Amino acid sequence: MQVIFSTLTLVTVFPLVGVVILLFLRPDQQPALRWTALATSLITFGLSLIMLGQFAAGDPGFQLVVRAPWFTVGNFAADFHLGVDGISVLLVLLTTFLVPIAIASTWEAVQERVKEFLICFLLLETGMVGVFLALDLLLFYVFWEFTLLPMLFLIGIWGGERRTYAAVKFFLYTFAGSIFMLVAIVWIGLTYGTFAVPDLLKAGLPAAVQTWLFLAFAIAFAIKVPVWPLHSWLPDAHVEAPTAGSVILAGVLLKLGTYGFLRFNLGLFPQAAVQFAPLFGVLAVIGILYGALVSYAQADAKKLVAYSSVSHLGFVMLGLFALNPLGLQGALLQMINHGLSTGALFLLVGFIYERRHTRLLAEFGGLWKVMPLYAALALVVFLSSAGLPGLNGFVGEFTILLGAWRGYAHWGFAAASALGVILAAVYLLWLFQKLFQGEVTNAKNAKLPDLSRREIALLVPILVLIVWIGVYPQPFFNLMAPAVDALAANLNAAALALR
Amino acid sequence: MTQTDLIVVLPVLVLAGWALVLMLVDLFVPPGRKAITGWLTLVGPAGAALALTAWPAGGSLSAFHGMLTADGFAAFLHLIFLFSVVVAVLLALTYLPRAGLERGEFYVLLLLTASGMLLMAQAADLIVVFLALELLSIPLYVLAGLARPRLSSEESAMKYFLLGAFASGFFVYGVALTYGASGSTNLNAILAAAQSGLMANGQPAVPALLLAGAALILVGLGFKVAAVPFHMWTPDVYEGAPSVVTAFMAVGAKTGGFAALLRVFVTAFPGLAPQWAGLTAVLSALTMLVGNLAALRQGNIKRLLAYSSIAHAGYLLMALPAAGAPLTAQSDFAVGSALFYLMAYALTTLGAWAVVMAVERQAGQGLTLDDYAGLFARRPGLALAMALFMFSLTGLPPTAGFIAKFSLFRATVDAGYLWLAIVGVLTSLVSAYYYLRVVVLMFMRPGEAQALSRPSLNLAVGVTAAVTLLIGLIPGPFLELAQRSLLSLAR
Repeated sequence: MQVIFSTLTLVTVFPLVGVVILLFLRPDQQPALRWTALATSLITFGLSLIMLGQFAAGDPGFQLVVRAPWFTVGNFAADFHLGVDGISVLLVLLTTFLVPIAIASTWEAVQERVKEFLICFLLLETGMVGVFLALDLLLFYVFWEFTLLPMLFLIGIWGGERRTYAAVKFFLYTFAGSIFMLVAIVWIGLTYGTFAVPDLLKAGLPAAVQTWLFLAFAIAFAIKVPVWPLHSWLPDAHVEAPTAGSVILAGVLLKLGTYGFLRFNLGLFPQAAVQFAPLFGVLAVIGILYGALVSYAQADAKKLVAYSSVSHLGFVMLGLFALNPLGLQGALLQMINHGLSTGALFLLVGFIYERRHTRLLAEFGGLWKVMPLYAALALVVFLSSAGLPGLNGFVGEFTILLGAWRGYAHWGFAAASALGVILAAVYLLWLFQKLFQGEVTNAKNAKLPDLSRREIALLVPILVLIVWIGVYPQPFFNLMAPAVDALAANLNAAALALR
Repeated sequence: MTQTDLIVVLPVLVLAGWALVLMLVDLFVPPGRKAITGWLTLVGPAGAALALTAWPAGGSLSAFHGMLTADGFAAFLHLIFLFSVVVAVLLALTYLPRAGLERGEFYVLLLLTASGMLLMAQAADLIVVFLALELLSIPLYVLAGLARPRLSSEESAMKYFLLGAFASGFFVYGVALTYGASGSTNLNAILAAAQSGLMANGQPAVPALLLAGAALILVGLGFKVAAVPFHMWTPDVYEGAPSVVTAFMAVGAKTGGFAALLRVFVTAFPGLAPQWAGLTAVLSALTMLVGNLAALRQGNIKRLLAYSSIAHAGYLLMALPAAGAPLTAQSDFAVGSALFYLMAYALTTLGAWAVVMAVERQAGQGLTLDDYAGLFARRPGLALAMALFMFSLTGLPPTAGFIAKFSLFRATVDAGYLWLAIVGVLTSLVSAYYYLRVVVLMFMRPGEAQALSRPSLNLAVGVTAAVTLLIGLIPGPFLELAQRSLLSLAR
């Protein structure tokens, strides 16, 4: 009973309560379906706020831990084992924060098979929260793989024209990556007799086995992030996914990959991480520049935003493999920032798509005059994504660059990445110019209605956080600092041991 | 016959006995009302399950001078067989009248082949293994041809019969060589001869001959479980036989084959493990590769599932090298994992075939993959169940198939066959592609898929789907049951 009614279990499984209620509603009871799903996700968010209230920011270890045997056979045991620390707390909050917004964004966009859509969404929420909270490797793997299934259907059923191609590609890429992780997990369980992450962290794995375990986990996470050159599923999945799917895909699902690197690759295999850091640094820089350049070349607004994710997550990877407190904290904050900004970007693209049923930049121009409120809010989001001081993106990217400057052997890593910041400004302002500035060249755009109250309500919470993190990020850093510093100290020790 | 003998053989006796009674009763059931025979059939598995309760919990019994045994291993397999019989009857109630094949013999033959399977799981002597093999196979040959005069059905029966007879020949030859090498056909006596180097009559045992015998037995049983390179018959036979027969064949015959493989190799030939472990590992890898790669190209659901069943024979074969591991705990875990895998495979496969029968129309229509397009829009429940079966066959959480694969991979890695586990996960990735194709068609392509809805059919789909999911979420009790179902070994 204690296990079921603990905060973390409730945050993880509460969306399933909504799923059960939805199952009993008729498909034609659309308002009831939507309100049930929205209320479920809002209550889940409330539960995650309770979790935040119970969370002690000064403690670097896992908190609110729930542990109960899941199944045990001989020396082969897996636990239902959840816990939260400074690394996962913000990511859980990001998830529970974005899901209600994504659900609310489907009010008009999704009209077909509403019931199944909402069920998929709530299942996905349980999967994502489970990934962030699971402290048992097998449980983690189960949640990790489980997130694939609802997303497969979200893209494949409610997606755009090439939805089956995109859905299958998404599924096979991610599945291909994660099966190696499964072999590594089996091996760890056999060799150390436990799947519990805290126990493994305490015991420490010998350097000799870290290399191949690191690689087996890294493939799974690198595909999910996605790290260049494993990114090719991302533009397809994003372009074809429905808006709400894109918001969650960019906002949360990609963070599953970076979270995996942070928790497992850096946490469990620190010596291998030190050895592979230059490689991942190079890949990150390539990703930053490649993503930015390709974004600039896009004719489709959604594809542009999709490629910008490759670039932004390059920054996160750069910060992670700087392996110092600044880099790690910046990376973790940038994960949140990217979730907020890119989530908002996909919402904005979705709004205009609902009005015009096209996302081609050539179709637009001069929208500032037609939809001034939309343009103004979009400008804030664009600038946040481009890293303007005073908004959240700046804080994250700046901290990462500081970390990278010290963390990598050569200053070129930081310098090349700084170029990425400039390129981000270029493609985002170019996007802004194409959409909003100049004269209204297309007659179809002349009478577009400005944002509705519902649409404003979706954006405002995100904007509040964008400004809050931009102006006063300290509370966020305070939450993560103890856990991240402990991790960085561990990595430092590993680096010294290698010398 | 002592009381022990009776208790040990009772489940088989009940099933076979009821088959004979049913044959008689069926004479008085008017044509067109054969459903009565169908429902009466269920008394057989119920009675056999009841007879199982007379077995001692935990321990093992030996009967008929060591010819038969009653142990956890056999009991666990009996439950799989009896469950499969019940599901097959439920499916037949819908399928047979629709296909114009409503005949009472079906049910009688079903019970007879099932009693062969039960006997197979209990056989502790190679002669009994052979008897069981024939009792299992011959009614299946007849069943495969049930749709006579449909040519594909006749072809299926003929092919299955010829190749099956050929395989039996290999098997008997292997038994003969083993007898020559060890002086006995009893599994424990073979083990004793191999270990001591002396036959029961004091003459020296012949290890080389024993190895040849084991190899031939492997070939014979390899045919039955459709392992590469002895799998050629599978797609044609599966495609031609009436679907309900194929479903039972895919589960029952394969499980029976593995029952014999595991018992014979782990009980009688553990001393030869260094030789056969490597060989079976290679067979396993080949079977996974060929089955999964060939399945990619199939446009017919029955052929697709046939190749998928070959692929799963490959996964199950992973248990053999793992069971040959020197440590008792490792070997036991491998056997337990194989049992668990067989259970998950049986549930999922029966469920998938049930959906195939729901979508199949008369005269072999409705069997291409395209016939599944748009099934979700028409029959969401059925499509969801099929998706669940496909994910379980792929080995995705949270389904029984995931836990089964995980446990089997663990046994394989533990026995030192990391490469085999890697082949296993890589081929699982390949399999994801073709299983996903079915899901994509059902959910994401527009189409006019039609499916039958009958209470018995829906019950079969519902139960198998629910249990597949249940085992995936709460695997503990089931895993424990499988791991406790040990072979009674003489070590």
